[in-house]
Amino acid sequence: MSLVSATSLTKTYRVGDIDVPAIKGVDFAIESSSFVAFVGPSGSGKSTLLNMIGCLDHPTSGTLKLLDTDIATLDRKAAAKFRGEHIGFVFQDFNLIPVLTVFENVEYPLRMVQKWPTEKRREQVMRLLEAVGMTDQADKRPDQISGGQKQRVAVARALVSNPKLVLADEPTANLDHDTAHRILELMKKMRDEFKTTFVFSTHDPKIMNEAEVTFTLEDGILRNGGHHA
Amino acid sequence: MLDVLAIATRNLLRYRRRTLLTLLLIVIGMVAVLLFIAVSGSFKSMMVGQITDSVLGHVQVHRKGYVASIDSLPLNLNMRPNMLAKLEETLDGNPAIAAWSPRIKFGGMYSNFAETTSIRINGIDPAREAATVPLLPGRLAEGDKKAALVERGQIVIPQLLARGMKSQIGDTVVIVATNKDGSVNGKTFVVRGILEPISGPGGRDGYIHIEDARELLRMTEEQVSEIVVRLKDFSKIDKTGAQLKAAVEGLTNKEGKPMLEVHDWTQLSPFANIAKMIDLMTLFIKIVLVSIVLVSVMNVMIMAVFERIREIGTIAAIGTPPSRILSLFLAEGLMLGVVGTLAGIVISLAAIWGINLRQPTFDFGQQKDLIMAPTIAACDVLTIAVLVLVVAVIASLQPAWKASRMDPIGALRHV
Repeated sequence: MSLVSATSLTKTYRVGDIDVPAIKGVDFAIESSSFVAFVGPSGSGKSTLLNMIGCLDHPTSGTLKLLDTDIATLDRKAAAKFRGEHIGFVFQDFNLIPVLTVFENVEYPLRMVQKWPTEKRREQVMRLLEAVGMTDQADKRPDQISGGQKQRVAVARALVSNPKLVLADEPTANLDHDTAHRILELMKKMRDEFKTTFVFSTHDPKIMNEAEVTFTLEDGILRNGGHHA
Repeated sequence: MLDVLAIATRNLLRYRRRTLLTLLLIVIGMVAVLLFIAVSGSFKSMMVGQITDSVLGHVQVHRKGYVASIDSLPLNLNMRPNMLAKLEETLDGNPAIAAWSPRIKFGGMYSNFAETTSIRINGIDPAREAATVPLLPGRLAEGDKKAALVERGQIVIPQLLARGMKSQIGDTVVIVATNKDGSVNGKTFVVRGILEPISGPGGRDGYIHIEDARELLRMTEEQVSEIVVRLKDFSKIDKTGAQLKAAVEGLTNKEGKPMLEVHDWTQLSPFANIAKMIDLMTLFIKIVLVSIVLVSVMNVMIMAVFERIREIGTIAAIGTPPSRILSLFLAEGLMLGVVGTLAGIVISLAAIWGINLRQPTFDFGQQKDLIMAPTIAACDVLTIAVLVLVVAVIASLQPAWKASRMDPIGALRHV
C-alpha cells in the first residue's frame, strides 16, 4: 500500500470573481521510504501539491490519502494533530524560531506538540543533532549559525518526532550548490537511517537529479507518473 | 504550562525595549493607583476618625424633626424626660453600643467683659462624653488633657474664638443665652481649655458641664438635645446602625408615632460627601489604570503577532494545536501583567514606607500640620493586582485569538 495516494486531485483558487486552477486532476502514489521530488517551473503547482499532502490546504476535488487517512476530510484541529504526529516539514527559509537555541528548536515539536517527557525528549534531540552533525552547535541561536547549518537543524526538527513523511518545499533554494548537495545527501542519509519518506519540491535541475522518483508538474498537470532515476 | 511560560518569557525578552516600556506604563499605573488609595484612604480614615471620635460620635439620636432644624439649635425640640427614659433603656440593652453621651446644644453670646461674640455650646457629661468621643480631650491645644474636660463653672472654648477674643486659660467670661421661652440668662465661667478646631459640624463648638447648661437655660426637667452613640465596631455601622435605628424609631408616643430619629455620621457631616468623592476618584483612577494596561498590552501583543506571522505559520504547520498558540500569546500578556504588577507593588510599598518615614505634614481647613501617614490594606493591593492581571490577559485575547486562527499557508508566505 502506498504511503500517499492521490486520485483526480484538483485545487482551484478563487481570485475575485475568477477561478484560478492550480492543480488540474492529478493522480500519483508515493511509496514508503522513498525519496521523491516534485519538479517544475515556478507557478506549476508544486507548493500547492505539497501543501495539500501536508494537510495545510484542502483539495477542491478528488481524494488524497496519507497513511490510509483521507486527509481532505480533516478539520483544522484534526489536521494540526495529524501533522504533528505523522508529518515533518523543512522550509525554504529554514523557519527556525529565533529566540530558541538549536537544541530547543529541534526539541520544539516534542515539547509543544507531542509533550514527550523531558529525559526522553533530550535523548531524542541529541540523537537527531548527532545524526545531522550539529551536536557542537546545540546551544547556539539560529542567528549564530550558517544557512547550511540552519537547514540541518530544520531537517533534525522535521525528523525528531519520528514522522512517516517529511515534506520539504524548495529546501535548497536559499543555499549555494555545494551546501544544497550536502543537505540532500543528509536527507537521503536520514531516509536510510529512519526509514522516513522524503518529498521535496524544486525547480533547480541540478537538485532534481538527486531524487529517486521525480514527478514533473507543468501548469498544474503531472507530465509523468513518477520517473524512477 | 511551564513550557508555555518559558517560551513566552523568551519572546518578551526578544524586544527588550518595547517590553520595558510596556512594563513601565503598567508600573506607573500601579504605583499611581496604589499610592492614591494609600494616601486618600488614610486621609479619609483619619478625617472620619477625627470627626466621629472627637465630635459626632458614630450615631446620634434626636427628637423627631430636630436634625431638619439643627442650624438653629431649637431648644423646643429637645428630648423630654419620658423619651429619655425609654431611650436610655433601649441603648443600655443594646450589646453593640460601647458608650453614649447626652448633650444640650444651644447658641449663646460669649463676653470677655470688653467684647461679645456668638458661640455654639454643648452642655456635656464629661465622663460620658470622654467615653463616647475619646479624641475630644486630645484636641485641647491648651489646658490639662488628662483631667475631666469640664467641671461645673468651667468652659472649654474653640481656638478661633479664643484668638479673636484674646481669651486665655483662667479668664472669667460670661455666657448669655435665651431659653426656649425667650427668657435671657447669663452665667460666668472660667476658661479651662482651648480646643483646636476640626472640619465639620461641631468642630468649633464650646463645651460646658450639662448641669451648667440646664441652669443657664433654666430647665426645670432633664431635657437633652441629642444623644451621641459610640458603637463597639465602627466597621459594622451599617448593620448595627440600622438595628439601632429600628429599635429607637420603634419608640412611639401616645398617638403611636415615632418620637425619635437616628442618624449616622454620614448623614450629619458634609465630609461624608468628600469621602464619597474620594471613593469616586479612586474608581476613576482605577479606570485610568485599566485603560493604560489594556492599551499598552494590546498594542504590544498586536505588534508581537504582526511581527511573528511567519513564525506562527511555522509552529502551526509543524502541528502546534491552535489552543497552544493561543496560550503562548496569552502567556506573554500574562507575564507582562505579572512582572508589571510585582514591580508596581514593590515600588508602591517602598514609596508608602518612604512617606511614612518622612512624615510630611499638610493643612486641611483650619487644621494645621496634619501628618500624612499612608497605609494600604492587603486586600486593596490584591484587588488591584488581580485587576491588572485580568486586564492584561483580556488585552492579549484578541491578538492571541488572531494568531491561533491564522492560516498556516498564508502565514508562511507572509513577507
